[in-house]
Amino acid sequence: MPANLEANLHLTDVLPHAADELSALAQKVATKAVDFFYGDHQALHGISLGMPIHRVTALIGPSGCGKSTFLRCLNRMNDMIEDTVVRGEILLDGEDIYRRGADVVELRKRVGMVFQKSNPFPKSIFENVAYGPRVAGIRDRGVLNEIVERSLKQAALWDEVQNRLRDSALQLSGGQQQRLCIARALATGPEVLLMDEPASALDPKSTAAIEDLIFELKETYTIVIVTHNMQQAARVSDQTAFFFEGQLIEVGATNELFTNPREKQTEDYITGRFG
Amino acid sequence: MATTTTSSAVAKPMLAHKRPLWFEGVIHVLLIGCAAVSIVTTIGIVLILLSQSIPFFSEVSLVEFLTGTRWTPSFEPQHFGILPLFCGTALVAGGSALLAIPLGLGTAIYLSEYASPLVRDVVKPMLELLAGIPSVVFGFVAVVFVSPLVRQAFPSAHLSNALNACVVVSIMILPMIISLSEEVLRAVPRSLREAAYALGATKLDVTVRVILPAALSGIVAAFILAITRAIGETMAVSLAAGGTPRLSLNPLQSVQTMTAYIVEVSQGDIAAGTLEYRTIFAVGLALFVCTLVLNVFAQGILGRMREKYE
Repeated sequence: MPANLEANLHLTDVLPHAADELSALAQKVATKAVDFFYGDHQALHGISLGMPIHRVTALIGPSGCGKSTFLRCLNRMNDMIEDTVVRGEILLDGEDIYRRGADVVELRKRVGMVFQKSNPFPKSIFENVAYGPRVAGIRDRGVLNEIVERSLKQAALWDEVQNRLRDSALQLSGGQQQRLCIARALATGPEVLLMDEPASALDPKSTAAIEDLIFELKETYTIVIVTHNMQQAARVSDQTAFFFEGQLIEVGATNELFTNPREKQTEDYITGRFG
Repeated sequence: MATTTTSSAVAKPMLAHKRPLWFEGVIHVLLIGCAAVSIVTTIGIVLILLSQSIPFFSEVSLVEFLTGTRWTPSFEPQHFGILPLFCGTALVAGGSALLAIPLGLGTAIYLSEYASPLVRDVVKPMLELLAGIPSVVFGFVAVVFVSPLVRQAFPSAHLSNALNACVVVSIMILPMIISLSEEVLRAVPRSLREAAYALGATKLDVTVRVILPAALSGIVAAFILAITRAIGETMAVSLAAGGTPRLSLNPLQSVQTMTAYIVEVSQGDIAAGTLEYRTIFAVGLALFVCTLVLNVFAQGILGRMREKYE
């Protein structure tokens, strides 16, 4: 039984505050009955989910539940995979990003993405961050310098790399590379940041650095994060959505979903009985 | 078998050892023998080239051989300067590379980044077909088809000329450039493409600013291997380029390459054991050194490229 954001309202009589606060916010991104197919295989079934502005939405669920597929629908990254079909509506500020004639390049400038495995270009640290602005047509050296510095500062990496911006990005540690990828995503000036298990390959210290960063970034951006790590979802997110077998089972304010899940499947998952 | 026990679980593993153990050893030795054939052959060829070149270089100085500008071993006064042959080879290999590299790289980019799987499935087998055409057929095409066209465009061109050879050799090395370049382009990790697309890059941005720089060393290696192939190409070149050793970079004149010279001498009526006959070993050695150096260089670049992504 798929739940959706409207169903949140049931929670209000249990723990009124957090859910009220979330539902009062504008939805930066909202999906309406989204189905997704890889060839004949249906990976998502009627997902309707609203992601409130300047908040962190965590997508949790066992491997293969469709949470990454869903995330990749939000910036049309699945377009790159042959033989896939999306049905339903995905709205960014109320406009359907899959509408005919939608500019996917423009969309991806507004909806940035950080991947599970850090994937810096084999270029210098500076050129990695400057890539987005450059493809957006910015040539002015001063402007580029400014964007690179600002983005690296936002990603809490500036202090570590400011004296070696010309060095290859591949020389950085894993945690630094992932923060560089975050800086690179921020440099295009996105409004939404999609993060696909951004800390799954990192050690606890780097993970903590990324989580702190997410906390800072939500002041400015709307963040959607896929994570396997329940503690991480509980720590960083305001809203959590639980996916199972391509269905959205339950969505709610994070502290409510973790302390008082409505669905049996959610409870089994977050208490570690499967997944 | 297994008479002392009633358990079939014990009997089963015994069955797996029906083949005697010495058999493994025999297979091992046989396989070493297979590998040894090619190694011994390579060493043998190098030894023959060296041993036959030594008497040649005792009569002709290495300096004259490498710096002389006239190659006239079969008539008086004899001159043994390899530069005209080297020039012919360089002209044909360089010219064909100049034609084939842009075309090949463009095709490789199209196949790897733009073409649908359907198009790729049609084009790639056709390229293999092209790669499978015997080189004598290319030589024949050069003579009966390309040469008249070249002479129509440039009336001053000789009947056999370097441009003929460049055109057909470029087509011959094209499949190699395309398949090797496409391979290195596709080896650029998917994660890099996704990163670039996720930043709002267009296909052209991704290709020019991410894929090509990341694959550059591999592409250069592919070019070098293709040029090596062009240098070693013999049949088509002997037919198309002619047989006049000439120290000139004019592509409309008839030139002779190192390979074409070796063919001419091996098939001619020059007596074995003469100084003239020994020239082919010296030229062969020079050719071998050229291709070896280029090959080692290309393999080195490819090795570095693999390290970067593994």
